[in-house]
Amino acid sequence: MTMTTPKKNYLRPIDFKHGHIDMTHGAGGRAAAQLVDELFARAFDNEYLRQGHDGALLPFPTGGRLVMATDGHVISPLFFPGGDIGCLSVHGTVNDVAMSGAKPLYLAASFILEEGFALADLKRIVESMAAAARDAGVPIVTGDTKVVEKGKGDGVFISTTGVGVAPDGLCIDGRQARAGDVILVSGTVGEHGVAVMSLRESLEFETAIQSDTAALHTLVQAMLQALNDPNALHVLRDPTRGGLATTLNEIATQSQVGITIEEAAIPVLPQVEAACELLGLDPLYVANEGKLIAICAPEVADQLLAAMRAHPLGRGAERIGTVTQDAHCFVQMNTRFGGRRVVDWLSGEQLPRIC
Amino acid sequence: MKYIDEFRDGDGARHIAANIAAEVRPDVAYNFMEFCGGHTHAISRYGIADMLPANVRMIHGPGCPVCVLPIGRVDLAIRLALEQGVMLCTYGDTMRVPASDGLSLIKAKARGADIRMVYSAADALKLAEQNPEREVVFFAIGFETTTPPTALVIRDAAARAVKNFSVLCCHVLTPSAITHILESAEVRQLGTVPIDGFIGPAHVSIIIGSQPYEHFAEEYRKPVVITGFEPLDVMQGILMLVRQVNAGRAVVENEFSRVVTRDGNLAAQNLVSQVFELRESFEWRGLGEVPYSALKIRPAFAEWDAERKFDLHYASVPDHKQCECGAILRGVKRPADCKLFGTVCTPESPMGSCMVSNEGACAAHYSYGRFRDIAVVAA
Amino acid sequence: MCLAIPARVVELLPALRAVVDLAGVRKEVSIDLVDDAQVGDYVIIHVGYAIGKIDPEEAQRTLALFAELAQSEEAQP
Repeated sequence: MTMTTPKKNYLRPIDFKHGHIDMTHGAGGRAAAQLVDELFARAFDNEYLRQGHDGALLPFPTGGRLVMATDGHVISPLFFPGGDIGCLSVHGTVNDVAMSGAKPLYLAASFILEEGFALADLKRIVESMAAAARDAGVPIVTGDTKVVEKGKGDGVFISTTGVGVAPDGLCIDGRQARAGDVILVSGTVGEHGVAVMSLRESLEFETAIQSDTAALHTLVQAMLQALNDPNALHVLRDPTRGGLATTLNEIATQSQVGITIEEAAIPVLPQVEAACELLGLDPLYVANEGKLIAICAPEVADQLLAAMRAHPLGRGAERIGTVTQDAHCFVQMNTRFGGRRVVDWLSGEQLPRIC
Repeated sequence: MKYIDEFRDGDGARHIAANIAAEVRPDVAYNFMEFCGGHTHAISRYGIADMLPANVRMIHGPGCPVCVLPIGRVDLAIRLALEQGVMLCTYGDTMRVPASDGLSLIKAKARGADIRMVYSAADALKLAEQNPEREVVFFAIGFETTTPPTALVIRDAAARAVKNFSVLCCHVLTPSAITHILESAEVRQLGTVPIDGFIGPAHVSIIIGSQPYEHFAEEYRKPVVITGFEPLDVMQGILMLVRQVNAGRAVVENEFSRVVTRDGNLAAQNLVSQVFELRESFEWRGLGEVPYSALKIRPAFAEWDAERKFDLHYASVPDHKQCECGAILRGVKRPADCKLFGTVCTPESPMGSCMVSNEGACAAHYSYGRFRDIAVVAA
Repeated sequence: MCLAIPARVVELLPALRAVVDLAGVRKEVSIDLVDDAQVGDYVIIHVGYAIGKIDPEEAQRTLALFAELAQSEEAQP
């Protein structure tokens, strides 16, 4: 009688086509380890991840300061024209680090998965994240997975944390805007929010608008390199939730200045304008995921604009306004009519309306 | 965008503004009520007030269906969702209107009520058909522009025998509201709200035509200019009113002639009268009970009338004691006159509906206008 | 009030529906209330329904009126 020798550590490969997340995937046992092995580690693979410790041991350049940023991603729908929650979570955190003028070095990613979530969808998201991280040159070096019961999650929530290094002496943050500074935007606004809304139930319209989600750190490096004095660049920020208007209001308040922008100068794709008209939204308040606002000393504005336009992610860069002295910290806009209005903070959520 | 961009041309606006400035008589005060919230919004958004001479004053009217929706009606919707477990479908505009017990539709949603925001009445019917085991109620608000879609949906629900669908009808009528204002003490006797003319609603008039306004012009001797929503339309409408006032005329003129005709959309009007009939009276926030100013569903469609189906009884709920929405809607007070404005009542924490709706006078003033009260630095 | 926007009819669909186009954004709407709408017509869309049609001649007339104002203003000293 022959006995089949049990294969050492045999595990049936995960069925990514038809399988679903279940509670064992978060239990810390074999199934969980297998998921990490066959999906996350395989997709994100890099020397640090291969260490396999609880924490990753990472080389860090001497000199310079550590920049750290973190972001939770709860977007719904998970897949939208131009991207998905995966690449969005990479771009978002890379960008947050880059907005200090820092070079992003490493990412950490933690996943909260809902019981029943389709593994095919998870694989798609993870591979998208891996591609985004590879393209950005920022490896995902550590991570975590948990599973919650069905009904307690929206498929998947992803939280990413990023670290980077900013050169000593560089001072780019929301408090640095000064009266006389020039405000630049790296391209057209409103695409991400509209692309996502186009999928929401009951708002369907066919449109070729894609989310602009992108990693902006190489654009930032190009901008810094174009300047003799990097500190002539005072503020960098990406106008995500709440859009351009909200971000400008944040900066005005933090820097205790006023801002004046020119409506005619703000670049918006005609299709985005049209979609906003149909829904009663204002493109100024619609989220962007691949654009940045730069506020700089007036003497370097032309130079900076040229550097932005020379970069693939800054081709549509435009000068949109100036910083003023204003105790009220208002953001004002010269309308196309030569009238003027204040562009206030976003109130609540922008909802499509009938009136 | 064709038929939009041409009517937003800045140069054109400046020319019309120059004409208004040239034609107003310096010793005359021109007070025009823009009935429609859409005009209020356009005036704020495009900074049109900045382009008018100082003696032309725009008074905001009650033409904002969200603003005039009384608390009691929102309460009915909230209760249906929270207590009866219906799927309550609503337009985005009503989600944040404050109601009783510190609730609003959006807050009720946070408490577990199944509130669904829809862009179109048809979506509500679709949800009912997709969820046959649930009761689906559509919270129907709006003036005459928004009523025909509701009528269509009720007609379709009846034709397709969709049993789990009904409509909570809060549709209101424009001409009745205008009459009510013109009949109010402030306008008629006290003269505290001088109104020299009306900027008439654009899209309501597509449906009802320009004919219903002829009555105001004749009986109350007030010129009415039906005006489109684009900024050039608004400026042109104001110019036309100035000219009428100067000439001592009081007729209905149609600036929005590219879409509005004297008769309006007859197919839509017929459909509405098939499905709806007049309520004898309806409470408007700020205006009180207004006779023949709103619609209810006809008995023939009783099965799709949420008020009958769920045996709902309207209970009037007074506004917050210090909320001046009522006076503001009548043009008697301005947002800055309200003690709550900008302090307790802000877009984040609205106390009354004028602050919630995008085109409520208070929201418009808060977002665009309050800065004009303060000396603003020129760039 | 009444957020409504002019859009061009690009395709007629069964059951009194149509596809409209606004600067490249396409949406399916009901033309139940404007049942004589044809491809190429501009209709006013409100909450997913066409409620009226633009008369191109009247539109031109209105624009011409604005232009006239511009001229008369320039003619003034």
